[in-house]
Amino acid sequence: MNVFQAVFYSLSTPIFYKLMLISATPLIFAALGGVFSEVTGVTNIALEGIMKIGAFTAVVFTFYTGNPWLGLLGAIIAGVMLAWLHAYVSIRWSADQIVSATALILIASGLSAFLMEPIFGHSGQTDFVAKIPKVKIPAIQNVPFFGQIFDEMSIFVYLAFIAVALSWFLIYKTPLGLRMRAVGENPKSADTLGVNVFRIRYFGVLMSGVLAAFAGAYLSIGELGQFQENMPSGKGFIALAAMILGNWNPVGAMWAALLFGASDALNIQLQSILDIPPEMKALLNLLPFVITIIVVSGFVGKTRPPAADGVPYEKE
Amino acid sequence: MEISDNITVMRLGKVTGNVAAKNTNARELANMMVGREVVLRVEKSAKKPGKVAVEVDNLWVKDNRNLDAVRGISFKIRKGEVLGVAGVAGNGQTELVEALTGLRKIEKGKYIYNGEDVTKKTVRELRERNIGHIPEDRYKYAMVKEYPNYYNLILGKHYKEPFAKNGFLNHKVINKNAEILIKRFDVRPPDGTIPTGNLSGGNQQKVVIAREVSFNPEFIVIAQPTRGLDVGAIEYVHKEILNLREKDVAVLLVSMELEEVLSLSDRIIVMYEGEIMGEVKPDEVTIEELGLMMAGHRIEDIKLEEKLAHGGDPIEK
Amino acid sequence: MKNKLSKNAMNILVPVTSVIIALFIAGIVILLIGKNPLSAYWVMLKGAFGNKAALAANISKMMSLVLTGLAVGFGFRAGIFNIGAEGQLMMGAIFSTIVGLNLGGVSPVFAIPITMLAGILGGAFWASIAGYLKATTGAHEVITTIMLNWIAVYLTNYFVAGPLAVGQGVPKSPEIAQSAQLPPLMTVQATTLPSGIIVSIIAAILVYILLEKTTTGYELKAVGFNPYAAEAGAISLSKNIVLTMAISGALAGLAGSMEVMAIHHRIFGDFSGGKGFDGISIALIGQNNPIGIIFAAFLISSLRTGSNAMQFAKVPDDIVTIIQGIIIFLVAADRIVRTFILKFSSPKGGESK
Repeated sequence: MNVFQAVFYSLSTPIFYKLMLISATPLIFAALGGVFSEVTGVTNIALEGIMKIGAFTAVVFTFYTGNPWLGLLGAIIAGVMLAWLHAYVSIRWSADQIVSATALILIASGLSAFLMEPIFGHSGQTDFVAKIPKVKIPAIQNVPFFGQIFDEMSIFVYLAFIAVALSWFLIYKTPLGLRMRAVGENPKSADTLGVNVFRIRYFGVLMSGVLAAFAGAYLSIGELGQFQENMPSGKGFIALAAMILGNWNPVGAMWAALLFGASDALNIQLQSILDIPPEMKALLNLLPFVITIIVVSGFVGKTRPPAADGVPYEKE
Repeated sequence: MEISDNITVMRLGKVTGNVAAKNTNARELANMMVGREVVLRVEKSAKKPGKVAVEVDNLWVKDNRNLDAVRGISFKIRKGEVLGVAGVAGNGQTELVEALTGLRKIEKGKYIYNGEDVTKKTVRELRERNIGHIPEDRYKYAMVKEYPNYYNLILGKHYKEPFAKNGFLNHKVINKNAEILIKRFDVRPPDGTIPTGNLSGGNQQKVVIAREVSFNPEFIVIAQPTRGLDVGAIEYVHKEILNLREKDVAVLLVSMELEEVLSLSDRIIVMYEGEIMGEVKPDEVTIEELGLMMAGHRIEDIKLEEKLAHGGDPIEK
Repeated sequence: MKNKLSKNAMNILVPVTSVIIALFIAGIVILLIGKNPLSAYWVMLKGAFGNKAALAANISKMMSLVLTGLAVGFGFRAGIFNIGAEGQLMMGAIFSTIVGLNLGGVSPVFAIPITMLAGILGGAFWASIAGYLKATTGAHEVITTIMLNWIAVYLTNYFVAGPLAVGQGVPKSPEIAQSAQLPPLMTVQATTLPSGIIVSIIAAILVYILLEKTTTGYELKAVGFNPYAAEAGAISLSKNIVLTMAISGALAGLAGSMEVMAIHHRIFGDFSGGKGFDGISIALIGQNNPIGIIFAAFLISSLRTGSNAMQFAKVPDDIVTIIQGIIIFLVAADRIVRTFILKFSSPKGGESK
């Protein structure tokens, strides 16, 4: 089978769409997190770190309590704490947001690796723990094709799309959303109109902590049931690319995340379909990263970030 | 003045006067601040301009939102002539200035300088041809505020001899250059090693003007040269602009200050929504006419209406 | 605004204070896992400086850390955050290895510089991709260089598992030709003191000269401070962005080249092991100053070397990553640290602006 046949073949299988949704889910959550933060004017490239600490904490909490829902709660707490650090120095101390976020990525990866051995007795990956149960929707089970896609799907996948709808509604249809966008576009005039710029920005950044923690928890207790040291292997940055491609809009970010999810699914499927030596399969892993670079280069400038994105606001 | 009871005036680190607010007026305060009579209306010499240095024909420029900001304007500037550009802020002046200095792409039209078509030239190519620029946003465009004065005083010709040779900076020459210019242009404090960002607004502008004048321009684009400056610095800047005129430099002066444009320019064009509403001589126009042009009325229409209203009588000045 | 501490004193005090605070917080983390931080740090100190072999190991780590620190710091000076030193180092290593493998019969006089140059070009090429994309499309270098890091990782895996694979076990390349290897300065027990450290120091001096004495340095610092004024001052932004990236990548590529030529003599999977990311903290601690970077690289290499010893005391060496993260965080939020220092330096409690 040549490459083109393989691509078309895989596009015709339900498993491709299932993989696409699975790959896209953490990207959707994290990209939404990016949207929340950046719409209010604070860049947050620490999504990668928040996902990591979320994935790790979820496993640790589940490990000790046996309840994956408490694991999710733990992930959210850890994610919000990390995001709060970013918010505090970015908003209160006008810190360099890129550098601060880089530091948090390091702290997250250091902490998760450091605590692994004392807790689990070995490094590299954690023990297996309980997973958030998958859901079956009986009505769709017997529908051909779709039944196979949505058979045994994690609840996170559905939550991701619900989160997209809620985020869109919040940002574009509520007074709070109007304030968020005002603060991200022109904090000074928002301030003169009585909007508390700092509070709105804290809200945006902390929400990015919640959403990126969901993304991380999905990777560990949603799919795999364990945490691996290399998680989330660049997904936080791909989510940022999805946010840019989606023009800082929740719905746009979702479509972009689905596109990246599709490239990931294609990669997985081609590796199993194509009859190539193992080292060439390693090269196929490049696909999502190359696509991200192309997308970021091709669409930046054509999409527009919030005007005050990344600019600290200081009261005079 | 409205809120103070007593006013203390300081100059050069010394108190030069202390008066009760109710016993003084703006003119007196200005004198104390500058230390001499302020010439409110600058005297410029009667002078015949030379041959045409700059010719702009049907110029179109876009703004950051990709909308037409300059819409087909044309003008000429002769050597030793100051062409003033008046208008309410945001009517295409900024984009015009950026286009003429190579910072913004010219979409359509011709920009001729000393007989050469320079429409597509880069900032560096224009600077190589001795076109100077005093930008409107001093802090953002005119200087690297972290750089010491001696570095800001060469920005634009930093790569050329004598400041550099074979890619290496000649710090000896650069320091000497700063020393001379700081003295000649009276920059305070007189220290080349201080970051320019630490100077007062007036002294920052002196550094910028010193640099641009020392580059010996043949054509210079000057935008909002006195924005945010105190009276003494304003007077200083005005004198330097007239000095350039004396040295046969072609000057394009963009300013929101009508008084400034009126007193320094030989001719004035008024811009409105990217177009020229009319070209007038400063001593042949009334403030009212300028105001109408700035609000979007063409000079021909204004004259016509005046004629109709007064039945052809001379206009009251 | 005026205070008793000069700007220069602050430039040294801020990173030093940040390091101390970071060690303190990391101490608490060590305490949390039930270990004694003081004895852990003591083990670390001994592991980094305890004997000649420890010191040699320390300096051989420092060798490429100076270079990755210079790479990131050089980018920062021009306002570019090259987070891709990791990938550029690997590309430099791949290029050096491929060239070094084929220089069997060539005299070291030629083989050594050619192999080195190959690494420099490999890193410069890899970084230039991000530079070119930023200059032409505005794509943010943080995202593109991170993606290029991952691509470099997979490329390395591909080379050591495919075209360059040799032997059994861990995928690895063969050793480069003897003539392309840099001889060690001396050998202490099993540890060698690589001569590459001299290359690193020379590179730091060259970067200093480039930044402070040349028009290129003048231009790219101007771009870093204020791109608008730079452009109005006849400095081409896109040219300087690509150039900065290329030079930054060249330094990281040289690091990879040195790792190959002076230490491992081959490449293998996970070749960089975080040296590129260490470069970020080194640049920030060294305040992007080449001389400061040499000292900062020594600090981080000491932490890394010492933490290996700490593992025997059952304290995972990942503590170094945490320490670095906290240092970078504090350098980013340097205003906190400044306020903190001012409070302690003035008896009346000082004032924060």
